[in-house]
Amino acid sequence: MSASSTAEAPFVPKTKVGSFTNFVDERVGGSGILREFGRKVFPDHWSFMFGEVALYSFVILLMSGTFLTFFFDPSMAETHYQGSYTPLYNVEMSVAYSSSLNISFDVRGGLFMRQVHHWAALLFVASLGVHMLRVFFTGAFRKPREMNWVVGGVLLILAMAAGFTGYSLPDDLLSGNGLRIIDGVIKSIPVIGTYTSFFLFGGEFPGTAIIGRLYVLHILLVPALILLMIVIHLFMVVVHKHTQYPGPGRNDGNVVGYPLGPVYAAKAGGFFFIVFGVLALMAAAFTINPIWNYGPYDPSPVSAGTQPDWYIGFVDGALRLMPGVINDFHFEWVIFGRTLTLNVLLPALVPAGIIFTVLFMYPWIERWVTKDNREHHVLDRPRNAPTRTAIGVAGFTWYCVMWAAAGSDLIATHFHVSLNDVTYWLRTLFFIGPVIAFIVTKRIALALQRKDREIALHGRETGRIVRLPHGEFIEVHAPLDEYKRYKLVGFESPAPLPAQPNEHGVVTRKEKRRAALSRWFFEDRVAPATPAELEAAHAHGHHEAIAAGEDQKSLSH
Amino acid sequence: MKALSQKRRHPLAAIALLLMGLLLTGGLYAVATTVNQAKASTTSFSASDVEEGGKLFAANCATCHGMGASGTQDGPSLVGVGAAAVDFQVGTGRMPMQMSGPQAQQKPAQFNAEQTKQLSAYVASLGAGPAIPEQNLLDGKGDAANGGELFRVNCAMCHNAAAAGGALTRGKFAPALAGVSPEHIYEAMVTGPQNMPVFSDSNVTPEDKRDIITFLKTIEANGSPGGADLGALGPVSEGLFVWVAGLGVIIAFTIWLTSRTS
Repeated sequence: MSASSTAEAPFVPKTKVGSFTNFVDERVGGSGILREFGRKVFPDHWSFMFGEVALYSFVILLMSGTFLTFFFDPSMAETHYQGSYTPLYNVEMSVAYSSSLNISFDVRGGLFMRQVHHWAALLFVASLGVHMLRVFFTGAFRKPREMNWVVGGVLLILAMAAGFTGYSLPDDLLSGNGLRIIDGVIKSIPVIGTYTSFFLFGGEFPGTAIIGRLYVLHILLVPALILLMIVIHLFMVVVHKHTQYPGPGRNDGNVVGYPLGPVYAAKAGGFFFIVFGVLALMAAAFTINPIWNYGPYDPSPVSAGTQPDWYIGFVDGALRLMPGVINDFHFEWVIFGRTLTLNVLLPALVPAGIIFTVLFMYPWIERWVTKDNREHHVLDRPRNAPTRTAIGVAGFTWYCVMWAAAGSDLIATHFHVSLNDVTYWLRTLFFIGPVIAFIVTKRIALALQRKDREIALHGRETGRIVRLPHGEFIEVHAPLDEYKRYKLVGFESPAPLPAQPNEHGVVTRKEKRRAALSRWFFEDRVAPATPAELEAAHAHGHHEAIAAGEDQKSLSH
Repeated sequence: MKALSQKRRHPLAAIALLLMGLLLTGGLYAVATTVNQAKASTTSFSASDVEEGGKLFAANCATCHGMGASGTQDGPSLVGVGAAAVDFQVGTGRMPMQMSGPQAQQKPAQFNAEQTKQLSAYVASLGAGPAIPEQNLLDGKGDAANGGELFRVNCAMCHNAAAAGGALTRGKFAPALAGVSPEHIYEAMVTGPQNMPVFSDSNVTPEDKRDIITFLKTIEANGSPGGADLGALGPVSEGLFVWVAGLGVIIAFTIWLTSRTS
């Protein structure tokens, strides 16, 4: 680059603005960066935009959160509320709760900012979740993106941590109840639980330290980690380039789409304001977390309808589903003078542990089963990976059962059913729901694949019924154009990979396990239509169409 | 339970039952008279009210509650429940009950104010019990902040902190309190209808009850300062809203944004 520039005459800007921008460009090299990034190609699909939604929500969170820090005081010192909300006037409360009420009622625009912040937090985690579901179901986590999938998982956990620490800050009754549950869960951990709880709360719950500590985590540590992870995540997106859905001219060696500059940059910038607009509209018109309803935290009362924000809901739901005793079997034992309460420990930590372990390990599990070491930049349509799709839906169903259990009381009151029955049904679904979801999803995926194959081979049904001379009725099928057909035939359908001996000629036990898993993954398969099959079917269809046409002619005589 | 049902034909069972019943009614009477001493005598009904109420009772209530309100296996005795209980149950339409179920459902009142008063008079004449509250306790001009604290400590665990109602076991529930009249709120506290406990005057004083009513009426009149309250049901309705409405609108926008080019 320098060689070519020295060979030519030095660039002399003609205008004032030109000389100013040239001055800057010669020092920071902006045009080089722009040339490189401006030409980055992104494929266009609506499902690719959830990561963007999460990013924009996070930016909105940083901005609205900064506003809130100007007025929020994380002190747990006792005070008597003197603000303008009369139903709490002169009530004893913490300074943190009092300042949250002041933000809501006495700071201009404060309530709006609080609601923007909280709605943005809910949307942040929701869009992260949907983004991860999209990545999972399209197989975008495969090589070379396994590590970025893990970074995404870490981001999800960090987002939940950011949400929970923020939820607890106002020190209202609802969030205090939530903290009490966390305290209970921590205390249920064997041996170290009680010590950890005392360390975290600075003594017995609730103490006078926790709000200040959560505040530091919420505004400093967790957002910094999220920012770091976002940087790593986006860096890897640039390095790996974006994935694309299958289509004519798209393969693992290219990216078909539009360049970032200028259209995409403008679109993305506009999309930020759309997300901001939607959140602002929600914050202006819909209440979120009405802390004035809940009152100051006091360890004695617990309100009906006490739930965490949605992203912690599945843990709360698991706690609600866990029975304390089954017949005469108790889940709480005293061992060596220490209490082991499995009815808190199991539901609080095991389902979440299973979900995140499987989530983090899944790319490697599938890699090991398929022995597939190729790079994949073309996505799978979910139906073309039936077992993976079924595993995903089973996991999602399991999550949703626990999620629903967190609202079991509201399900009971709003559908006029017994709370006990809701709990029994959800307990049943906790075990059989994922199994049913797996079987049904896999069957649907295979059926859709068969339908695709049928359409690829014989064309689309036209609805035109023709009667043949000998009395038979047939429906005329119209062949697909090749762009549509490509989508239906351009995919891989791996066959089970039998156990193979290693370099010593021995089939190891691990390899046998892998082969069994491979059989389980791929034994039900629908192969895509091959060119030969297409050719044969096309000739046949053509024949049929001509025959039908001739018959028609003869009929019309 | 099985042991109990097997022994119910024991020769001494009747005597034991009688003794228990006497002790129970005696004890209840003593409690009712001491707790509500100040108010039991404040409301007076005319003799004709009692007489008309008796007729209404025989025609509409005695099927389950028995002649003389002495109770049958389908309904409890109403001796000593007081005028407040009748005014609440009949005034909110819970009684006469439409059908058996986990708890009596609210429905349009079946009797007018005059008839409700007569029924109350009749039942009050059977034995002393909580009376219909004085108007000065229902004016909603007490201390809302104190009422709020009492509400959170005593009521919110079933009725929800924003009085939006909540679930109880086996199909029972605590109803939402918006739109309930001050009389009925007060009467519910002193009589404990359905699964609600009794908050006697020694537990929550009449002034405290007035404060609770003031709190409920204040939050009802205040509305929701932050916009639509989504049922005041807390994080579940908020989560549902962000997933369905928030993400729904955003997905619509993403489809719009990507539809022009492909």
